[in-house]
Amino acid sequence: MATIKSLDDLRKMKESLQSKINLREKGEDPNSHVQIKVAMATCGIASGAKTVMEFMMEELEKRGIDSIITQTGCMGYCYAEPTIEVTMPGKEPVVFGYVDTKKADEIIEKYIKNGELVDGIIPMNYETIDKK
Amino acid sequence: MKDLSLHILDIIQNSLAANAKLIEISIDENERKDLIEITIKDDGKGMSKEFAESVTDPFTTTRTTRKVGLGIPLLKQNAERTGGCLTIDSQLGQGTIITAAFKPSNIDCPVLGDIAGVISLTVSGNPSIDFVYNHKINDNLFTFNTKEIKEVLGEIPINDNSVYKLLKELIQSNLEEIESIGYKT
Ligand SMILES: Nc1ncnc2c1ncn2[C@@H]1O[C@H](COP(=O)(O)OP(=O)(O)OP(=O)(O)O)[C@@H](O)[C@H]1O
Ligand code: FES
Ligand SMILES: [Mg+2]
Repeated sequence: MATIKSLDDLRKMKESLQSKINLREKGEDPNSHVQIKVAMATCGIASGAKTVMEFMMEELEKRGIDSIITQTGCMGYCYAEPTIEVTMPGKEPVVFGYVDTKKADEIIEKYIKNGELVDGIIPMNYETIDKK
Repeated sequence: MKDLSLHILDIIQNSLAANAKLIEISIDENERKDLIEITIKDDGKGMSKEFAESVTDPFTTTRTTRKVGLGIPLLKQNAERTGGCLTIDSQLGQGTIITAAFKPSNIDCPVLGDIAGVISLTVSGNPSIDFVYNHKINDNLFTFNTKEIKEVLGEIPINDNSVYKLLKELIQSNLEEIESIGYKT
């Protein structure tokens, strides 16, 4: 694949992007994607949240898992950063702490793919995730 | 923060927390002037004059989860350590401009880091916000605007996982190019 350098290059990619998306969504209910929020306040970033988000973005795409990954503010768990919140379709959100790429890989393979619980879940007692 | 791109990521989070809808990130790297200038401008809720003046003090924060706000003080400290400075220009209800200047010749100056990654992750992670990113290396400018990108993408969401990679590549390849050109005169 040629390197994308301009908006025109991006435009040329559109068709193949669209067919990829259609393929993924075929037979799937549109709300069936995994939702992931990565806490991106200062202590999250300082402890590696950017690397974790990047890993999630790249790996979920590679492994063909339909997902939406967003950034969010502080979740109030400075001691456990980086933290991420994972919401499986139709399920309650779960927060994981001390996430590095190894833990993120485990979360994808066990929790997201198979619904198995993994270590590092933080009991939820915060009100809303976006509250600072 | 390990590098300048992570500071930028952090300062953008302040703008997002202030409900900005448009965030402009400008980076100007100039070897001749021995200067890296980073500007983050938002149209968020802004700060009063008094608050903005006190915000480089870690004990100034509107956080409720902890008593100190570290983002701005850390950036200021790092900029000043290199002989640079930090300025804040904010108006309540209008928005905020934060500028940090670094002297790259100083051994304490952090590297820029993975700016293409930071911008593309932030764009993907906040699909309803618009970002303008201007990066000048010496005489050469690269401009990236999510409004234009969204127009090109049409019904494909900008936060689709497969778009992120392309955006990162778009930024990376352009930065490599402008870096290799050098000065025009
Ligand atoms: N762009 C902005 N618009 C409006 N207010 C801002 C902006 N940037 C910072 N502030 C205000 O300044 C305070 C201090 O910011 P700073 O980044 O230093 O710490 P923080 O965001 O509170 O916490 P931390 O960065 O450690 O997660 C914030 O709590 C917020 O009230
Ligand atoms: S950034 Fe520290 S708890 Fe959120
Ligand atoms: Mg902050």
